Amino acid sequence: MDGEVILLDAYASMFGMRLRIALAEKGVKYEYREENLPKKSPFLFQMNPIHKKVPVLIHNGKPICESLIALQYIDEVWHDKNPLLPSDPYKRAQARLWADFVDQKVHTLGRKTWSAKGEEQEAAKKEFIEALKVLEGELGEKPYFGGEEFGYVDVALIPFYSWFHAYETCGNFKIGTQCPKFVAWTKRSMQRESVSKSLADPEKVYDFFLILKKHFGVE
Amino acid sequence: MAKEDVLLLDFWVSPFCSRVKIALAEKGVAYQQRGEDIFGGKSELLLKSNPIYQKVPVLLHDGKPMCESTNIVQYIDETWPSPPLLPSSAYDRARARFWADFIDKKLFDAGGNIWKTKGEDQAAAKKELIQILKYLEGGLGDKDYFGGDSFGFVDIIAIPLTNWFFAYEKFGNFKVEEECPKFAAWTKRCLGRESVAKTLPDPQQVVEFVSMMRKMHGIE
Repeated sequence: MDGEVILLDAYASMFGMRLRIALAEKGVKYEYREENLPKKSPFLFQMNPIHKKVPVLIHNGKPICESLIALQYIDEVWHDKNPLLPSDPYKRAQARLWADFVDQKVHTLGRKTWSAKGEEQEAAKKEFIEALKVLEGELGEKPYFGGEEFGYVDVALIPFYSWFHAYETCGNFKIGTQCPKFVAWTKRSMQRESVSKSLADPEKVYDFFLILKKHFGVE
Repeated sequence: MAKEDVLLLDFWVSPFCSRVKIALAEKGVAYQQRGEDIFGGKSELLLKSNPIYQKVPVLLHDGKPMCESTNIVQYIDETWPSPPLLPSSAYDRARARFWADFIDKKLFDAGGNIWKTKGEDQAAAKKELIQILKYLEGGLGDKDYFGGDSFGFVDIIAIPLTNWFFAYEKFGNFKVEEECPKFAAWTKRCLGRESVAKTLPDPQQVVEFVSMMRKMHGIE
């Protein structure tokens, strides 16, 4: 059976959304526990003492930290339903590379579009769009990054869509008009129940984002 | 396996390239190696094989390129399964990936902050490196290697970075062994393996390379 599965998460966390989607794809029953960020619970510190971050997947009492690692864990444990990673080692290596690209570029640059100022912010906005265009190139004519099937890279990337409204509002730029292929892929992905039920509402993300901004002292 | 099937785009002092070489050696895979001139000009093949990051190492297997050393080591483990580098249980694999990710995010940059800075900044960087090594000591516990009794994935990810410690110690004026004896013992244990000893460059050569980098950064 599935065993006891707990997800320590925060509603607006794009990393937490990845795991919500994956667990839904696999039909795994779990207990969702909301962390009241930026305040963190003692339980979170106990489960993730080094990084002290959400999400943490706790399976039968054992914590798994870092969303891409937890994603791979979910895919390996519940491997018979909706596999996320391909079985071919080369294709798996490509999938891991692109998921890592999402973390290194989309997340880092997305953050800079609101935390940086002046010239640095303008540069970040430009580089952010460029990163999405690189992803559009990788997607090509395929319906999903995984090919015909929704997969690992799709799960890694789609949660960032819920943050676009916050990035656009704060950074005063439009993402969709510059990356139409990307937008088409997001619409396709949102048709999946696992995605539409797991993604945070962009307005609520924006409200959370304003709290975060204040907390980090960015005006 | 014919040598031409596996090609590594390499830079001699890169600990990330060393990871790939050690993994291939552990698996007994024959390969060709091509040194890249990182400062002089990267090859067409490198730029074409790794257009996103334009970095070494790149492993080409039957002409198909793979990038990012931790990713490449996992590919090597999946393609040539014996002897296994990652553990067999899903949870242990997640733990191994966690430590590899931690090392990737923290260790090399912390070391870089030591040789790139002076005074208070350097003191803070040294403190950070020691904290990182203490976390790693916690992950190691009483085991011989991070995976248990056998040399494996996390050991391969970590050991080449220790090749640069001699340089950090020299420019930072401290000794890892005094601060983290358990980590130092693990390092010695790994250096006793042929795949590691034959792969890692002479630490003195690394010191000379870092010294050159310090001059380039205007730190001397």
